[in-house]
Amino acid sequence: MTTTVPTDTRRAHALLGVDGLTVRFHLRGAVVHAVTDLSLTLHPGELLAVVGESGCGKSVLAHALLGLLPRNATVTGRAHLHPPDGHPVDLIDAGERHLTRHVRGRAVGLVPQSPATALTPVRSGRRLLEETLRAHGHTRRAAPAAADRIAADVGLDPGDLDRYPHELSGGMAQRLATALALAPDPPLLLADEPTTGLDRPLVDHTLDLLRRRCDTGAAVLLITHDLTAARRVADTVAVMYASRIVEHRPTAALFDAPAHPYTAGLLDALPDRAFTPVPGHPPMLTDLPDGCAFAPRCPRATDACHIPPRLLPDGAGRVACHHRLTPGAPA
Amino acid sequence: MTVTTDDTVHGAAAGGLAARRVTVAYGRQRVLDRVDLHIAPGETVGLRGLSGSGKSTLARVLALLHAPDSGHVTIDGHPVGGARHRLPAALRTRVAILFQSPRSATDPRLSLADLIAEPLRATGASRDQASARTADLADLVGLTPDLLARRPHAVSDGQLQRACLARALVHRPDYLLCDEATAMLDASTQAHVAAVVTDYQRRSSAGVLLITHDPALMSRWATRVVDLPTP
Repeated sequence: MTTTVPTDTRRAHALLGVDGLTVRFHLRGAVVHAVTDLSLTLHPGELLAVVGESGCGKSVLAHALLGLLPRNATVTGRAHLHPPDGHPVDLIDAGERHLTRHVRGRAVGLVPQSPATALTPVRSGRRLLEETLRAHGHTRRAAPAAADRIAADVGLDPGDLDRYPHELSGGMAQRLATALALAPDPPLLLADEPTTGLDRPLVDHTLDLLRRRCDTGAAVLLITHDLTAARRVADTVAVMYASRIVEHRPTAALFDAPAHPYTAGLLDALPDRAFTPVPGHPPMLTDLPDGCAFAPRCPRATDACHIPPRLLPDGAGRVACHHRLTPGAPA
Repeated sequence: MTVTTDDTVHGAAAGGLAARRVTVAYGRQRVLDRVDLHIAPGETVGLRGLSGSGKSTLARVLALLHAPDSGHVTIDGHPVGGARHRLPAALRTRVAILFQSPRSATDPRLSLADLIAEPLRATGASRDQASARTADLADLVGLTPDLLARRPHAVSDGQLQRACLARALVHRPDYLLCDEATAMLDASTQAHVAAVVTDYQRRSSAGVLLITHDPALMSRWATRVVDLPTP
């Protein structure tokens, strides 16, 4: 397990380096601040979990990295991908053609959030999976056996592969979507709520599968609202609130000693802790306050919070708060 | 229909919501086989079982949304939903259900305010009565007035599930069935939904069925846990 959050000095070896990523959606009469000034680095073998409440911008991050945002979105910042056997590419500047041929699926896999709507309804699971395998170098003869193996890996009965998407339960569709993303064996996998609809044994199975991928050198960005899932498998956890990362640190440190009051509040809401919700409501992403977006709900807020806190190094992690809970060790 | 011995075992004049020897099959696939379950007023029964063991089907049968192939449902000892029972509409309001995915459980054309008020309007409440009750419930579940005017596509899953909870409570049900109702929610929203349900239960002595895969949530929230065997 990685015990430190990678810094710029290690960026040369990074698989993915995101710097200042900002995404805005332009609606009639409003601008949605979906992702703001987000920076992170992901190395081969690392599993980073991005957690936060629904609507905080987690999924937009994944879609921005794959160029899958709608036309009313503007994206600024950089996201450099250094695939082990390919040319570096800036995912934000890359054209549609390059993304299609070299990035999506091949270099960066995506387990989408709603598999039921992401699967082609007129093809059976087997056809979808074999088609993907053949597009990524398997021969016609080798594909069926590989499909069975990948299905078994994700905990899907190979017999269920012959069903069409509408014949699958939510959990089966989820596992099929995971199998499709894993088939090309991408060095980076973006897994957006990959355990939705699964029961606990299958949740653990899926999480352990992601962990094993990292242990063999791939990297995974796990987007989840499930703190227990993040704790089980992640090397580091980034907490997002109102479009920004507010805290990012090694998993054990984050759960044992959160520095940001929002992280502390989120952990207190867990049923095996205080089971108390964070007071108040998250702000609208169309109408964020000028200073710290968490200040209106924060027990520690002062006048200083009118100035937006920057995400600064704090011990082995990073935190954006004027009143952090534990003083960080000197760098 | 005779009152079975099991009712007397549970006492209290057979108070409670119960499934009696409920069997349900989808095609040739039998998902529930002569299942009994009893929820007493004021208790929170946790229902555990693997995927496909019929937890959601049992919840739908108890919510009187799905007629079983055999067996029946009783409310306070009175048989209400069975293979041969026609259901009086008034009974429907005594049992409410909250589903896992609020998005597939709501009409996308209705504003959140209309979603909450619809069951009241359907039972004859005036527009003023409905909007007053909607405002109270919105406050209870933590929805701000500006959110009430929005339609489902313009709110998050957490906000929409809060609206579904308000809708479920609108008729002050005696029984509330939560089918993985917080599985899609972040920890804070989950804790808030649980607090609203528990508080309602304390005031009304409602019985609650809790279906969840999360052992921590189960042990924190349920007062009694029942395992549903895989058929």
